[in-house]
Amino acid sequence: MKIIVLAKHAPDPQSEVGVAGDGKSLSLGTAVFDINDWDRYAVEEAIRIKEKMGGEVVVVGVGKSEDTLRKCLAMGADRAIKIPFDAGLDAYQTAEVICEAIKNEKFDMIFAGLMSQDLNNSQVGVILAAMLNLPFATAVTSLEIGNGVVKVNREIEGGYKEAVQLPMPCLLTIQSGINEPRYVSIMGIKKAKTKELKELSIAPKASTVEVAKMYLPPVKKAELITGDPSQIATKLIAILKDRGLIG
Amino acid sequence: MKVFAIAEHRFGELNPLSIELLNLANKLGESNAVVIGKEVGKFASELAKYADKVWKIEDPSLENYNPELYIDVLLQLFQKEKPDVVLIGNTAQGSEYAPYLAVKLNAPVVTDVVGVNTENGLVASRFVMQGKIMVDLKIKSMPCVLTIRQGAFKEGVQKSGQIVDAGIKPSKAPGRKFVEYVQPEAGEVDITKASIIVAVGRGIEDAANISLAEELANTLGGVVAGSRPVIDNGWLPKDRQVGISGKVVKPKLYLALGISGAFQHVMGMKDSELIVAVNKDPEAPIFGVAHYGIVANIFDIVPELLDKLKGK
Repeated sequence: MKIIVLAKHAPDPQSEVGVAGDGKSLSLGTAVFDINDWDRYAVEEAIRIKEKMGGEVVVVGVGKSEDTLRKCLAMGADRAIKIPFDAGLDAYQTAEVICEAIKNEKFDMIFAGLMSQDLNNSQVGVILAAMLNLPFATAVTSLEIGNGVVKVNREIEGGYKEAVQLPMPCLLTIQSGINEPRYVSIMGIKKAKTKELKELSIAPKASTVEVAKMYLPPVKKAELITGDPSQIATKLIAILKDRGLIG
Repeated sequence: MKVFAIAEHRFGELNPLSIELLNLANKLGESNAVVIGKEVGKFASELAKYADKVWKIEDPSLENYNPELYIDVLLQLFQKEKPDVVLIGNTAQGSEYAPYLAVKLNAPVVTDVVGVNTENGLVASRFVMQGKIMVDLKIKSMPCVLTIRQGAFKEGVQKSGQIVDAGIKPSKAPGRKFVEYVQPEAGEVDITKASIIVAVGRGIEDAANISLAEELANTLGGVVAGSRPVIDNGWLPKDRQVGISGKVVKPKLYLALGISGAFQHVMGMKDSELIVAVNKDPEAPIFGVAHYGIVANIFDIVPELLDKLKGK
């Protein structure tokens, strides 16, 4: 089983992220970057399948992805392809350069995370499926391989799952929680140093997205309860008593 | 502008987001609803109240949603009807097939749109960074595909549109096959019935800290629930998940501890009577839905609360 996994090196939205001075791009100077959380589950899932059935796991990163690709190799991926092109917010361009990078790879499945933690587009995987004319399913929460097909559960609303069956090759986007991703071991990091990390210079055709403006959303803000922890607790308890929520 | 809104239904019910798509379509120009299924007459009549025209696409093979079949029939329709804008709900279903459809239409796609402006060309607004930052994207070519977030276009006008049978059938068998819908697992606690919920998010940091939330919930006479990362990590069972893919709750008190407030989660708790959020990040989107906010570490606040509640 050969699986290609898309892995993004992405800023954590819960770290310090903002808008740059031009009002059109992100300011990420002090943001914390790591492998996109959904991709971590996708890489883990691919490695588990390889460990069970044999084969190869190839990770592909676009932009400044070297740290994340090294991490994937340390987790157990076999080799990595890095495309240094910075696609910014453009999911189509991201898919386009990946499509070009893997054109000579024969694969059984492509895994992507359901979305990136920074842009939350949920587009790159599905656009790539369209470019390659592959059957696809998104938000996969479990999968079972047998006889040239893969049966997956995909997450839908209200706690329900939709079970579907796909022929291979196919593309799946992976929902978080599908497995428990492993930690990187010292041995893994050592081994990763000897694994192939190939860099490919690929540029897409014209961009499809133009940012007109980027800004902090206007939000109605909660009334803040301030003070030291003891004062805050006292004030909150008074509010709850007032509302009859506690005796 | 000629706008096509693709309706969504499951288990015999029309998703109300379908009407919201038509509200936006009516703002943009000529509104066309498309409804796909085995027998969709009931849905078509409902949609006709909000659309200039409703297109039915019926076939036994379309009984359950299948992205390949949906894309197949929609491409046939659009080849004849030439839309300017295609609107699809940003749901588990819509967000799955919309980007694929866009590629086949050679159309730009913007997902999870919360605002549309036509003053200076077509501009679509969406959040990035899980709700912290907003971006306005200029649509550079038509047709375009937009997936629309639930709740963004609630206001609209009434119509009494004509219903037509598009006369379209899938042109080939799909590679992907629908198997079945899997029911949610039942848990021992039904969080939708609780009047007080202590909800924990990523800020709880470790499985061992769940007991702190449990202690607070017990003291308040409530139950513990969680946001997606807590469930993903296995720190709480799936039936305790609040959000679009979990449960929708409306308790008297929703105390959010270390929850950032991603849209997925907010849609599951925003109608709670009183929302109090504790988060150390002052920019966390949860403070946009909470009535009271506490910018602090939950491990500083919760023990104080427990001491004072128990000592009172």
